[in-house]
Amino acid sequence: MLLVGTGGQGQITLLQILSEAALIEEKEIKTSELHGLSQRGGSVEVHIRFGKEIYSPLISQGKADLVLGLEMQEALRAYPLASPKTTFLVNRQIVPIPLVKNLTEEEVLKNLKKISKNVILVPASEICKKELGKEVVAGIYLISLAAFKKLIPIKPASILKAVKKIIPSRYLKLNIDSFNLAAKLS
Amino acid sequence: MLLNKPGKKIILLGNEAIVRGALEAGVQFVSTYPGTPASDIGDTFFRIGKSAGVYFEYSTNEKVALEAGVGASFSGLKTLVAMKDFGLNVCLDALGPFVYTGSKGPTVIIVADDPSCHSSAQWEEGTRAISYLTHIPTLEPADPQECKEFTKLAFQISERFKIPVMIRTTTRVAHQRAPVRISNIEYRISNKGRFVKDPRRFVTLPPRVMEMKKELLEKIEKIQTFSEHSKINQINRFPKSISGTGIITSGIGYLYVKEALKDLNLNLPVLKLGFFYPLPEKKIKDFISRAPRQRGEARDESKALSDQKLKKVLIVEELEPYLEKEVERLAKEANCKLKITGKELISEVGELKPEIITLAIAKFANCKLKIENSLKIRNWKLKIPKRFPQLCPGCPYWFVFSAIKKAVDPEKVVFGGDIGCYMLFGLPPLKIQDFLSCMGSSLGIAHGVKKATDQKLITFIGDGTFFHAGIPALINTIYNKSNPLIIILDNGTTAMTGHQPHPGAPATPNGIRIENVVKGCGVKNLRVIDPINQKEFVAAVKEFLNKKEVSVIIARRPCVQIKR
Repeated sequence: MLLVGTGGQGQITLLQILSEAALIEEKEIKTSELHGLSQRGGSVEVHIRFGKEIYSPLISQGKADLVLGLEMQEALRAYPLASPKTTFLVNRQIVPIPLVKNLTEEEVLKNLKKISKNVILVPASEICKKELGKEVVAGIYLISLAAFKKLIPIKPASILKAVKKIIPSRYLKLNIDSFNLAAKLS
Repeated sequence: MLLNKPGKKIILLGNEAIVRGALEAGVQFVSTYPGTPASDIGDTFFRIGKSAGVYFEYSTNEKVALEAGVGASFSGLKTLVAMKDFGLNVCLDALGPFVYTGSKGPTVIIVADDPSCHSSAQWEEGTRAISYLTHIPTLEPADPQECKEFTKLAFQISERFKIPVMIRTTTRVAHQRAPVRISNIEYRISNKGRFVKDPRRFVTLPPRVMEMKKELLEKIEKIQTFSEHSKINQINRFPKSISGTGIITSGIGYLYVKEALKDLNLNLPVLKLGFFYPLPEKKIKDFISRAPRQRGEARDESKALSDQKLKKVLIVEELEPYLEKEVERLAKEANCKLKITGKELISEVGELKPEIITLAIAKFANCKLKIENSLKIRNWKLKIPKRFPQLCPGCPYWFVFSAIKKAVDPEKVVFGGDIGCYMLFGLPPLKIQDFLSCMGSSLGIAHGVKKATDQKLITFIGDGTFFHAGIPALINTIYNKSNPLIIILDNGTTAMTGHQPHPGAPATPNGIRIENVVKGCGVKNLRVIDPINQKEFVAAVKEFLNKKEVSVIIARRPCVQIKR
């Protein structure tokens, strides 16, 4: 699974939750992430591998089963790792890149569909903002949704357990609400 | 991190696993200077050091960090020093003699390389060269479990042979997360050591220093024997029938090799080297001169005819071909017909990736690679606008940038850059950075440019970087009389690497004010300005650019991430 977005969308936290959830289920997991300057608002791509006999922390080209995009242009940018077998679960959101011509939602969608028929576009940021008043939990919403839709080999209950372990108490309720929202709508 | 349930698995980042390994080994003294991809080591100790009973410090720079570690080791403490690749260059002056004197308290040095320069602007460094240069024993883990185990082993080697041991990771090892099986944490009752005078051991002076070198080389020979028997240099069981083809690899390369062999459904013998220096030469010779044979079959030296030997070997290593050269050397003695392939198939530039290794092994072993549909996609020429990293909204540096644009015509001024978030001055939309090199160099290079030309020059340096390596260069500017305008961007923290404190940070109780340092060096043209006061800032820039002596503006406004 490839988790992509822009710096500051909480990829590392989501990675911690997914790793912890895999550990709860006693599954093997390996992840790769980057820190430092590249995170300051640039493209951020983290790799997560579940399964038996995992060696590489990085996904090979064309081998991603799931691309979870927190931003549409970033989801498309992941194309070298995708194939027609890849599912795209993408937040319907464009975070504009300053001073250049950005791709539109339609352009991204059209191109994603050229790669794979399995493109699921979800207005996660919009839903979270409307229902919970905070866009920032769109990531939790999407990984929960991925679990409910069985796009990742992790049970939703394990995600919830991991959220409780990883998220600091003062933000916990918001995150659990986001999980529940995904449960309700999936 | 401090969980004490031996046998339990916890999720750890490679860097956290190093911390865990050090705790399990009973580390007492830790020093570091932050730098990605090694920062998490210090940050974790910063968080848990006190409760774990470990002394921890962020030192002013890597050289000072290592020197502090040397002092602790000489006083008998179990010591760990961590840094990124470039940091090892900064402390190289201290590292060489330390390998000669050896450690007293067992000492482990962690260094993290960053192939592909994800978070290292300057150059793509492979620090393994320094293992040869200094003769420091060096281990290369591949995953978080190995990060922990190798750290413990490094402490054991250091304790046994009285020599500092280096662990070299790379970004994909240091920032790899996986479940790690933990053991018991060894708590020390006290962190107090004692310096016992022993000048023969701790003073490097000729003629004694030449004896020390001889003793060091003897030590290395012993460690090499240890390396020959060490389990961290492992040979996979030879498969039944493969036409004399093998792979030698280390570090992250090993994981990609395993992945590729699984993908290609190949069963090739693999020698995985945990030791980079000293290499287990006998084991390598044995590997390359061994014929493929039936499982369990006893080895018969007399039958080791050349046609039974390994015919070709692929060396899978990241960056420069050190292993390749070593294997070439060893093959001359052990198997002179061996065909050695390495950088011919695997580039010396950039980090390794699993698909690169799969392709290389497929070519090397002449097996067909299923061309997936994805290949077609890969050849797409899709134009997605590039998303460069950005200064955060509200970052004080935006105000500095804005004032500069108001004060001068950027075309008519040379701009110096340094290491920190303000490296982004080099990217659009800012683009006010005409040179960028290493920590502190903005001042050193600015002085040279000013001496060599009559051009106007403004150079930027952050507060953390100023303390790290800027001060000697500032003094040089004054002593050798040049007049750059130096703007010290003081946001009160080491922002880029994760907001570590530094000597001038406002939260530091015994903090050192940058203006006092600058004044103390004799700079007369000095202003401390909050860059939000644009008028004042613009006026100061204009005024100082015409001065005959060096000028300094301290642009003081806290990092927006800290304020929040």
